[in-house]
Amino acid sequence: MSSKSWGRRAVIAAPYLWLGLFALVPLAIVLKISLAESVLGIPPYGPLIDMSGGTPTWVGTLENYQRLISDSLYARAYLSSILYAAGTTGLCLLLGYPMAYAIARAPKAWRVTLLMMVILPFWTSFLLRVYAWIGLLKGNGFINNALVWLGLVGEPLPLLNNSFSVFVGLVYGYLPFMVLPLYAQLEKLDPGLLEAAADLGSRPWRAFLSVTLPLSLPGIAAGSLLVFIPAVGEFVIPELLGGPDTLMIGKVLWDEFFNNRDWPAASAVAVALLALLALPMALIRRHIAEEPS
Amino acid sequence: MSRRSVFPWTMLGLGYVFLYGPIVSLIVYSFNASRLVTVWAGFSTHWYVELWRNQAIRDAALMSLRIAALAATGSLVLGTAAGVVLSRYRRFPARALFSGAIAVPLVLPEVIMGLSLLLLFVGLEGAFGWPEGRGVLTIVIAHITLGMAYVAVVVQARLHAFDRSVEEAALDLGARPWKVFAVITLPLIAPALAAGWLLAFSLSLDDLIMTSFVSGPASTTLPMVIFSSVRLGVSPQVNALATVLILLVTIAAVIAGRLMARSPQGQAS
Repeated sequence: MSSKSWGRRAVIAAPYLWLGLFALVPLAIVLKISLAESVLGIPPYGPLIDMSGGTPTWVGTLENYQRLISDSLYARAYLSSILYAAGTTGLCLLLGYPMAYAIARAPKAWRVTLLMMVILPFWTSFLLRVYAWIGLLKGNGFINNALVWLGLVGEPLPLLNNSFSVFVGLVYGYLPFMVLPLYAQLEKLDPGLLEAAADLGSRPWRAFLSVTLPLSLPGIAAGSLLVFIPAVGEFVIPELLGGPDTLMIGKVLWDEFFNNRDWPAASAVAVALLALLALPMALIRRHIAEEPS
Repeated sequence: MSRRSVFPWTMLGLGYVFLYGPIVSLIVYSFNASRLVTVWAGFSTHWYVELWRNQAIRDAALMSLRIAALAATGSLVLGTAAGVVLSRYRRFPARALFSGAIAVPLVLPEVIMGLSLLLLFVGLEGAFGWPEGRGVLTIVIAHITLGMAYVAVVVQARLHAFDRSVEEAALDLGARPWKVFAVITLPLIAPALAAGWLLAFSLSLDDLIMTSFVSGPASTTLPMVIFSSVRLGVSPQVNALATVLILLVTIAAVIAGRLMARSPQGQAS
């Protein structure tokens, strides 16, 4: 029996220790550095407790957080990240719901293939898929060339480096996250319920609104969280498809770290982003824990 | 019935055009003779030759493949253990903390993961002298942390899907737990393990953000090279590279999809 308990302990301990050291401890360190002073040096942050006088003295600072509040850049980036993520969630729902519905109502033999076709692009490099949109949306890109050639517009439309292209990129990148949980929910739905509604004289739209939609709410919630969370912290899309005035919190964090080399400020931005995501992440964690498939 | 179905099917069709259009355009323009990516000037494989001659891209690709192989293997070992723990061990100290920690890499924005791991590595080096600087080792550690969470989810789903009674029967008949795992559990979850490895491999191969934070001067990966060249504008060489990667990844994804779709119930019947 003892061999069982030792083996068992090892199996639990290995991933436990790994996650503790490389997923949880780093978050505590971010919190710590966000309270440190930015200094010139390697590493570019000061200590929280000064031991030089013999007695430990607190030399940490809330300055980084004060700057988050006083400099309106951060508040605007924060707000516009939320707006971009919320808008993306709505657009993904509008496009993803009918897609998931069609797949769930398709003949059983097709469903796996149709679903695979939604997932497949997700396996391709995210960076390259975002890059592809530059070629499509540019001033002399494919879409503008086609529109001009068709005579629909006189001159190329400004499609790239603005909020339009950021939305296109975000919806494109995260649409599969909406379709999958919606499909899982809609596929479980008993078609008999809709037939019953039809038999009782309900119109298709009414049956949809009073039967299908309420029953698919858990899928809508899961899909919305799965789109919203990564969209808020997105960096690649605003960087490549956005313009100079595109503000997103992930990009601000990146710039603080790589361009300004201000690690404490970047840490404070990270903590602020974490605070914003705490509730959605707690909600989605319950989904992951309860529905492993 | 048919009138009702037109709208969802139209949207599904449009959705596929939306999802695949950009990918098709990448491939088509990689065969364009012109340097201007979007102006068609005839068929050419010129950019593939240029790509092959590009030493920086070749080095970065080899670096990325090495890192991805190491990271996927590490993710597989730790992720399988985590998946087994989550689905088979119902009670042990701080189980809630454990299942919370495994979700962290799944939901945390990558900019935070990258920044926090870098701060950890810098702190560890300051305190213990390990890891010495940043490079392949720190990138692999970061990728394992991300990949193992995905492997754990895939393995856990697979373990939930099959009947525990087979394992229990073997235990009742006196088989040691390790033997039960090796002879019964492992073969049953083997497709999930293969799919998990491929998933972790492709996540590692594609990762830009975490890698940028924790990489060193001598560990430039392929996504980092692509990113810096894309920032300067479109380049037909990147299109050629994309086409090669899309081909490889599609093959891997189809294999992984087949493996995941093969259900344990299906094998039994």
